[in-house]
Amino acid sequence: MEDTFVIRGIEFRSRLWVGTGKYKDFDETRKAIEASGADVVTVAVRRTNITDRKSENLLDYIDPTKYKILPNTAGCYTVADALRYSRLAREAGISDLIKLEVIGDERTLFPDNIGLLEATGILAKEGFIVLPYTTDDPVMAKRLVDAGAAAVMPLAAPIGSGLGIRNPYNLKIILEQATVPIIVDAGVGTASDVAIAMELGCDAVLLNTAIAGAEDPIMMATAMKYGVIAGRLAHRAGRIGKKLYATASSPYGDML
Amino acid sequence: MGRIPSGIRFFYCMKLKINGETVENVKAGTVSELLAELKITTERVAVEVNLSVIKRAEHETFRLKDGDIVEIVNFVGGG
Repeated sequence: MEDTFVIRGIEFRSRLWVGTGKYKDFDETRKAIEASGADVVTVAVRRTNITDRKSENLLDYIDPTKYKILPNTAGCYTVADALRYSRLAREAGISDLIKLEVIGDERTLFPDNIGLLEATGILAKEGFIVLPYTTDDPVMAKRLVDAGAAAVMPLAAPIGSGLGIRNPYNLKIILEQATVPIIVDAGVGTASDVAIAMELGCDAVLLNTAIAGAEDPIMMATAMKYGVIAGRLAHRAGRIGKKLYATASSPYGDML
Repeated sequence: MGRIPSGIRFFYCMKLKINGETVENVKAGTVSELLAELKITTERVAVEVNLSVIKRAEHETFRLKDGDIVEIVNFVGGG
């Protein structure tokens, strides 16, 4: 039985989503994505080079018929910019999916949740499938869903920090009340971090730097793939409860 | 001066601001012609003129005018 999940009628086969930034070149990007097993890749929207037409295009390396392209609004600090980038992304792309970022602070890259909520509402009304990147705030997660978010993407830690899941208890609350898929986005550092996110019950994990910044990105992409699989299986299998004292695994009977 | 005869339009060149750069002597009359003039062949670009997104279906008919501010974007690596 395939363990898929659905956002607004779109079926997702992989629970690992990956970014395409910070790689050495497009070839490394392609290899790492392949190794990760992801079926969703995020991209950013930027000006086309109009003077050097020889420069290669990312989508020559990532086949949009094989991967779902998820454009982001990274770098947008205002609602107006986030809307502008979203509309351009939809026109440049092939779907209504948008990973919505409205950044509120340069050092932490934490989202401006007030702007995020406003932009989510506007874009949802325009028919976008909005996946907002937010803090791990359970109340905010609810408000975003009320505003029309198709999924919620709480951060594990600041973007690119590699700090891992800093507040599993908040994520648990978000997951408990969730009526849409929850995808942990940003801040994971290594395979055990994604395993923890999946064990908590998150529907998927999105990461970029943890793979692209590793010494061997392709090997790390493979590790992430297994981390997600291990965590997801452990979640579905139902782990044992935690106890303070020991319970023997070997029988006491028939001892000498 | 009457209106410019259509045959002469080809020789009437415009100045546009494209992706922040001033580009003179643009011969293109429409968005499609501009993309061709800039040798942008990739399908996955989006075009904005004076802050409005021009839908792909309108590229062939949307007429540019002198002084327009044009943005041409595509996807790049990002997280």
